[in-house]
Amino acid sequence: MTAPAPAPAETPAEAPVPAAAPRRGAGRPPGARAWRTRVSAVLTAATVLAALLVPAVFPLDQQAVDLAAKLRPPSWEHPFGTDELGRDLLLRCVHGLRVSLLVGVVAALVATVVGIAVGGLAGALGGRTDRLVMRVVDVFASVPHLLLGIFVVAMFRPGVWPVIASVGLTHWLSTARIVRAETHSLRSRPYVDAAISGGASRWRVAVRHLLPGVLPQAGLAAVLMVPHAIWHESALSFLGLGIPAHQASLGTMAEAARGSLLAGAWWPALWPGLFIVVPTLAIAGLAGAWRERINPRVRSELTL
Amino acid sequence: MPEPISGPTHEPLPEPIPGPTREPVPGPATGSALEMRGVTAGYDRRAPVLHGASLTVGDGEAVGLLGPSGCGKSTLARVAALLHRPRAGTVRLAGRMAYGFRHRAPRELRTTVGVVFQQPRLAADPRLTLADLIAEPLRATGRRAEAPGRLPALAASVGLGGDLLARRPHEVSDGQLQRACLARALVLRPRLLICDEMTAMLDASTTAALVAAVEEYRREHGTALLAVGHDRVLLERWCDRTVDFGALLPR
Repeated sequence: MTAPAPAPAETPAEAPVPAAAPRRGAGRPPGARAWRTRVSAVLTAATVLAALLVPAVFPLDQQAVDLAAKLRPPSWEHPFGTDELGRDLLLRCVHGLRVSLLVGVVAALVATVVGIAVGGLAGALGGRTDRLVMRVVDVFASVPHLLLGIFVVAMFRPGVWPVIASVGLTHWLSTARIVRAETHSLRSRPYVDAAISGGASRWRVAVRHLLPGVLPQAGLAAVLMVPHAIWHESALSFLGLGIPAHQASLGTMAEAARGSLLAGAWWPALWPGLFIVVPTLAIAGLAGAWRERINPRVRSELTL
Repeated sequence: MPEPISGPTHEPLPEPIPGPTREPVPGPATGSALEMRGVTAGYDRRAPVLHGASLTVGDGEAVGLLGPSGCGKSTLARVAALLHRPRAGTVRLAGRMAYGFRHRAPRELRTTVGVVFQQPRLAADPRLTLADLIAEPLRATGRRAEAPGRLPALAASVGLGGDLLARRPHEVSDGQLQRACLARALVLRPRLLICDEMTAMLDASTTAALVAAVEEYRREHGTALLAVGHDRVLLERWCDRTVDFGALLPR
């Protein structure tokens, strides 16, 4: 009985919200979401700066082994502690982050370029080409992509580039679908008709009129891909298939920490885990904020 | 069924006579600007919008096509502009048979028709400035160099001030944008101009200005006109003759 009473009181308070919702690209996300975006931005910036600057500013050897100081808990000398070979965990985490970020960004770029090419081809040409290409996409999507990725890395000697190829070549499917759908809707716009009537070639229509309309969505997909690619790099390295075990990456460090955990040392496992989770959530949060600006009606589940 | 009609070629047009449809003047047989025969077209295989429509627009002639909404006027216009492939029938532009549509149509044939669409907001790429919008067909046909020389005069002839040319579609009014779209349709000097409900979104004074701009251009270049719309009064004042859509279809 009391439930209907507050409703009229709330309605006027909420009514202005849709009216005051900012246009695309104007203002910041409304209210409580703003601080989450800021936190995401600060954490992302800190991650990127740390990965870029720390090795340059502190040219210390991440592989320096000190067996006398193995498995030391966090202290002033080693803020994150040391691993089972006495290597400084903070230094190795930062170097691992560099590898993971490199893999994440380059793999996301590869996936996006392939996705735009395939999706754009299918969407712009339409008809039989479209159906054929999208069925191929469906076939690829029917196989678990971590498994596909394992097949790809297994073909090469371990290293950074096979991991990039593995993640990049298995993650273009969703981008291709997004780009194809967007291209399809743009293709039937009258301005494309006008361009054709004005003598524009297929290529010109695709590059000048369709591609620019697709780029915001594809760019968003690319940013969303970065954390996903970082997780895949970590997963592959954890399984011993990605980055070689001696090289610091967040995945190899997490794998090496399993043995230490049994010896009662929690710190070699905690820090790589945090370095995987926090930056990826921060990047995903930024992407979510971007998506809400492109399409304000979709509430992103990805903000921190 | 209207007979194929030929009008005077590239000669000054007489003033359009206000009033009911008048018979076109028979002229030398030069080949019509547009000749459609038995065109069947639509968007669904089972339910075509057009059933065997035929229409002829003589060289330099102005034809108004009237009909209620949804009857297929715009589809007919799209087929005539080679933008939509019909299921059956033939389309000839300036005497040349069209064997392909959209990108499959030869570029020279596509560009003999200029089209102005109903909604300028949708017909203009939102990322281009009005100057780029108007010059787009020149660039697409490798005649970019002509743009600086031709643009100011063309823009002025459709009543578009030079200061507007640097703006983008969202910074100008519907009427101003439609003027730019008209200039784009005319920039390649087409044999036939198709205005598909060109003035439906516009107020009376803008409509009058655009119609005057089209007539001014046609007087100078002898371009044929196919004006599609549902405003009988406007089309009867504007065109040499008007055709009710129903009259195009076989009995």
